[in-house]
Amino acid sequence: MTVHQMPADDTKPAYNYAYLDEQTKRMIRRALLKAVAVPGYQVPFGSREMPLARGWGTGGIQITAAIIGPADTLKVIDQGADDTTNAVSIRRFFERTADARTCEATDEATIIQTRHRIPEAPLKSGQVMVYQVPTPEPLRRLEPREAETRKMHAWAEYGLMQVKLYEDIARYGEITKTYDYPVMVNDRYVMAPSPIPKFDNPKMHMSPALQLFGAGREKRIYALPPYTSVKSLDFEDHPFRIQSWTQPCGLCGAGDSYLDEVVIDDQGGRMFVCSDSHYCETRRAEGHRGTMLGDAAASGLVEETTP
Amino acid sequence: MPAETMIAPGFADPVFQSQAAFRALLAALSEPGMLQQVAGEITPPEGLATATATALLTLADYETPVWLPEALRNGPAGAWLRFHCGAALVDDPADATFAVIDGTADQPKLSAFDLGTDQFPDRSTTVIVQVAALENGPALTLAGPGILGSRTITPQGLRAGFTDELRENRALYPLGVDVLLVHGEGLIGLPRSTQVEEAR
Amino acid sequence: MYVAVKGGEAAILATHDLVAEARRGDLAVPEITVAQIREQQALACARVMNEGSLYDQDLAALALKQSQGDVIEAAFLMRAYRTTLPRFGSSEPLDTAQMAIRRRVSATYKDLPGGQVLGPTYDYTHRLFDFALMETEPQRAPSPPAGEGWGEGSRDASDMSSKTGANVSDLRDPSSAPSGHLLPQGEKDRAPLDTTMPRVPDILGAEGLMEAEEPPEGDPRPFDLTRDPVSFPADRDVRLQSMARGDEGFLLGLGYSVQRGFGGTHPFVGEVRVGEVAVEFVPEELGFAVDLGDVTLTECQMVNQFQGSKDVPPQFTRGYGLVFGHSERKAMSMSLVDRALKARDFGEATNYPAQQDEFVLYHADNVEAAGFVEHLKLPHYVDFQGELELIRRIRREREERLAQEQGAKEPDTMPEAAE
Repeated sequence: MTVHQMPADDTKPAYNYAYLDEQTKRMIRRALLKAVAVPGYQVPFGSREMPLARGWGTGGIQITAAIIGPADTLKVIDQGADDTTNAVSIRRFFERTADARTCEATDEATIIQTRHRIPEAPLKSGQVMVYQVPTPEPLRRLEPREAETRKMHAWAEYGLMQVKLYEDIARYGEITKTYDYPVMVNDRYVMAPSPIPKFDNPKMHMSPALQLFGAGREKRIYALPPYTSVKSLDFEDHPFRIQSWTQPCGLCGAGDSYLDEVVIDDQGGRMFVCSDSHYCETRRAEGHRGTMLGDAAASGLVEETTP
Repeated sequence: MPAETMIAPGFADPVFQSQAAFRALLAALSEPGMLQQVAGEITPPEGLATATATALLTLADYETPVWLPEALRNGPAGAWLRFHCGAALVDDPADATFAVIDGTADQPKLSAFDLGTDQFPDRSTTVIVQVAALENGPALTLAGPGILGSRTITPQGLRAGFTDELRENRALYPLGVDVLLVHGEGLIGLPRSTQVEEAR
Repeated sequence: MYVAVKGGEAAILATHDLVAEARRGDLAVPEITVAQIREQQALACARVMNEGSLYDQDLAALALKQSQGDVIEAAFLMRAYRTTLPRFGSSEPLDTAQMAIRRRVSATYKDLPGGQVLGPTYDYTHRLFDFALMETEPQRAPSPPAGEGWGEGSRDASDMSSKTGANVSDLRDPSSAPSGHLLPQGEKDRAPLDTTMPRVPDILGAEGLMEAEEPPEGDPRPFDLTRDPVSFPADRDVRLQSMARGDEGFLLGLGYSVQRGFGGTHPFVGEVRVGEVAVEFVPEELGFAVDLGDVTLTECQMVNQFQGSKDVPPQFTRGYGLVFGHSERKAMSMSLVDRALKARDFGEATNYPAQQDEFVLYHADNVEAAGFVEHLKLPHYVDFQGELELIRRIRREREERLAQEQGAKEPDTMPEAAE
């Protein structure tokens, strides 16, 4: 019968800084360096089994764990918001394992780990975006076999993707991909931007920030160095366009942000609010008021506090 | 044991020193041509610059064969690398994950290293080129990912024809080696994606 | 000033409390112990050890307790723990020919050296409830140190010492022997086991009828799929590793699909054997093998239809399964799929799922699969909003277009009502 040594404190085992062992960090760091050297190319890496579930950000978590240090300030968002449950859970993970300094302000963060959004506030040089990626292979829906898609990337054979997009146009009059909209990186690799809405695609192009992508379950890392060309695939007669709304954010009145829809009653009532919670709060703190702010405060969606 | 007394120490605090060094390396390769500094906290073995030794301590281990010039391989640098990184030292440049060359040495050419494969271009060698200085030499103009417009670097002590080798390496893209120019505590990244021209 | 109402952290902590409460259930019922799970739910522990890729009966029992009996959640706990363990090295290859047999059956020979050893099996139980189990037995006095079953009857230590040689010390030693949960009640009356229990494929191999199992050239260290990313086509070491930790249900379904014709193999159970095998390790500084203890294993070797060519005389082909604990269904399923995955090596068509390594390997991992399937309950409202925006706009534009066409054709009629 095996005897187990119990850690002194059951709830806090003595893990290495940022959870991963140093050998694993070296392996991930090597993959990251190759990823920035070949923008948009998916580098296979020895993704470790993590204490969080696959599909819940283990790729992004491994990258953040491999790059974070005492000088960093970490922001974690999910759906653009700092307070969504999985964002809270991942932030707690790094507070516990790396004693990480965390923040919600986009411009204060040195590392922003995200699922499904790019913040509205422009990113700066020196910042690192870490994307959680479920399906790193942009061609996977068209060709399920990795052995085949790897060849397609090797030979830059992207005709299948063009055909798929054109079929959309033939059927619906436009490309119907609304998120994880494929991009061409540095005129060489077609890349999955992760399931960010296509609204965010233009923010990737020539961004001053370093953008790193981690797919834990699929064991791939890829990257966009700062100032890298990122073009959303389109056709001359059907140019790429992003989502738009007929009304501004109900809370802060922003007309330039990505909006979430909130169902407010069973009579078809809707309210549209910024998906980027920090952006919305910042604007409200600056005195911007949306038409629904009073109602939202009354229904408990936001709290009114005295400045 | 005499071997241990001969081998200079590595990182005193591996977790945080390697993290800081990695961020410098990541910045160097993601913004080619920008001069990055590593902390001068270690005493490198003879023949390795501080930045070279720091980069290898940060990245190399038993999974990454390293190529060193013969004199270094058989000297304290080789012993130091084996001891601290557990890395295998290889004879054939094409077997190396990391390599260290002298900027002025004729051989090996960049094309002698592992250039990766069509399906796995990431499996190429990262070549650390130790140069006489990173500034005040002849100007090279860089362009490509990581560079807004263009950027100029002025390293000293590169062999004749090295710019052509970098150009040929770029032509293989997405295959090719990735280069780090190193002197003292400074380093400049030249990944395969960077176009290099001699400035006029 | 307004701030968004934030309850994320408090809500998460509250779920942890609720889980603890649900796990404990009715406080009037005594709490189950890890030892009870280890001893009385050993087959569940074996599954957790397999899918968690870690041989540790106590931790498997703890994982089952902590996860309320959710086997995949328990395997996840095992893996998340396993990944943090330091590695000292690899053991010597296990020798299943030297297994201390508890059970061994062959479907290919009526009798063979060592005989058929039924051992503990549900095979011939009638699946009728034993309502007597509704009542717990009054607690018996603790077993003597020799340990529940192992020292009794025909398998007592003196008997075994003359029969199984090297393994006897393990059988006698309660600290290294498994806890005896697999021993059948009636075993006391059975005749002692034979010393030699040759593996059936070895018997066929001696005749040259069985596909030889040779290590790849140079006998390289096996791939470790927990450290390195897999690429395809995958070699056999990768395939077997992946299946050993793969989901039992998934492999069962795939194995079944092969039998039903989705794959062209015609298998016979050459042998299934269950028992204990010694694990040995050679520390660098010692240079000789040290016994680390025994593990309980189930091994299945399927004999499949023969292959041959002008140059090679026909031979049976092999499907192999090896798993922790007593897990016959898993070992048999694995051996069916192993053979199916050899299709490419034998130049057979690979038309069916069980023959396609990428399909099998990517989808056998239930911890990964569960994570990705269950992540769908995470918020996706940003992407869904993108879909809503698109579908509303396409419908609006379509209605406008139809209205225009309608209006152009029949200026008098009203456009159709919106759908």
